[in-house]
Amino acid sequence: MFALGILFLLPFIWMLSSSFKPEQDVFNYPIEWIPKHWNAIANYKEVWMGNHPFSAYYWNSIKVSLLTTLLSCLVSALAAYGFSKVQFSAGRWLFLIVLATYMVPQQAILVPQFILYRWVGLFDSHLGLILLGSFSVLGTFMLRQFFMGIHNEYIESAKIDGAGHFRTFFTIALPLVRPAVATYAILRFIWTWNDYQNPLIFLRTDKLYTIQLGIQKFSSINGEFYSLIMAGSVSAILPLLIIFIIGQKNVIEGIALGGVKG
Amino acid sequence: MKQGTGKLRLKEELAGWLFVGPMLIGVTVLTLIPIVATFFLSFTDWNFVAGLDGLKMAGFDNFTKLFRDEVFLKSLRNNAIFLLTVPVYMALALLLAVLINKRVYFKSFFKVVYFMPYISSVVAVAIVWQVLFHPSSGPVNQFLRSIGFNQPPMWIADPNWALVSVMMISVWISIGFNLIVYLAGLQSIPRDLYEAADIDGAGGWAKFTNITLPMLSPTSFFLLVTGIISSFKVFDLIATLTQGGPARSTSVMVWYLYETAFVNLRIGYASSIAAILFLCVLAITGLQWIGQKKWVNY
Repeated sequence: MFALGILFLLPFIWMLSSSFKPEQDVFNYPIEWIPKHWNAIANYKEVWMGNHPFSAYYWNSIKVSLLTTLLSCLVSALAAYGFSKVQFSAGRWLFLIVLATYMVPQQAILVPQFILYRWVGLFDSHLGLILLGSFSVLGTFMLRQFFMGIHNEYIESAKIDGAGHFRTFFTIALPLVRPAVATYAILRFIWTWNDYQNPLIFLRTDKLYTIQLGIQKFSSINGEFYSLIMAGSVSAILPLLIIFIIGQKNVIEGIALGGVKG
Repeated sequence: MKQGTGKLRLKEELAGWLFVGPMLIGVTVLTLIPIVATFFLSFTDWNFVAGLDGLKMAGFDNFTKLFRDEVFLKSLRNNAIFLLTVPVYMALALLLAVLINKRVYFKSFFKVVYFMPYISSVVAVAIVWQVLFHPSSGPVNQFLRSIGFNQPPMWIADPNWALVSVMMISVWISIGFNLIVYLAGLQSIPRDLYEAADIDGAGGWAKFTNITLPMLSPTSFFLLVTGIISSFKVFDLIATLTQGGPARSTSVMVWYLYETAFVNLRIGYASSIAAILFLCVLAITGLQWIGQKKWVNY
């Protein structure tokens, strides 16, 4: 079991160890898991401050991922509350319509989205990218499950005290589902950070590139410099790994609970 | 009084629309309208460069062309082969989940280990595998040569092996997700079922086939549905690893769609591929909802 786990991790270990080596040692065989010669500082310096600096791609990714997560949490929580705690006549079938769109494969609508973005001027902008990731049916569905778990007495007593739905939502309901929002936020952040397809199609300007496009560009330019490419890969994965390890319980519960994949 | 409740009702209606409004606008503009547009465009002959005037209605031409298009048929076939990854990673994940579930220590360590490929970006992972699978100097082939395989496969550079290589990586990535879901499923099986089986003297295998497997069937069903659907949507891995090559050996529907639309700029034709993709996913979902009644224990 332990050996199998290590075997599973080997590609990562190889990546990490290669990122510390001088280029000529990368393909040495037998594999030097612990580098004989170290070149770590120079490698990472080149990746972060060289001709195609990762720092810029990083900043773009952080910006896009954070704003997408924030907006998506807000939109999904509002809708989830509306679908579970507000008694309005259209609610039931509106929910079914929204849920049905979950089945639509994203790639099947790429072309019209692309045309639409070109028309309204959202193409090649971070705002466009953020909007694409902000209307998540999955988030709405997940949070709705949790809102349904809140007893209606809470909502009603707030109403009797004269609070409208918006006040109830922000002061009572939202704080109660905070763990669920946190879980969804972590997942959304990870998915947005890792997203390759949308930036590939909706971004053109190099300056706007997110880390996923950045690393691919970097690897095609640096072609044979595998130590640098591995340093880039480590840089792209590391922040996520940290977030995942910190939020491990949330992530795993969220995945197991919603059975989500996206 | 009556007027009062009427006003209250109206307020409630309004509040409902306000709460779901943003989501509704997003879904309408970014999903509902585009899906209608996809179906409309799939019956046209249109090129990005041509502008709106260049749009011509083409009826079913695109579709008849598609089913005579070698590249599309090859992509469709590859999609079908790619489906094989689903049972493979489901079985491996189940095996690992059962093993991990038995252990008392290091549970969360193993969860993190097996989850890492799933959490990592496909681009980074693909780049690492590209180097690992390097035909001459990659570690995989160096290892194979050192244990006596003189002619190891060229992996992603070899048309006969490329799809298999991509599938292997896909299995490696997907195990983590399936494992987590299976672990959750295992934890919800009541202990007393196993205790009762112990009293009856059932062995490990009998317990597995008579209790674990049937009790997990809703989980398996769920994983099968999501797995098959996501196997139709595999794009990142192909785009970063092989770009559909060599010799079209790893082209799948979504890759061909991307190429047709965004490289060759043929909007109408690409939309027909999109429509077929959509119908495939729809059909699978539908079939599985019908099928599940027969074999899922709730």
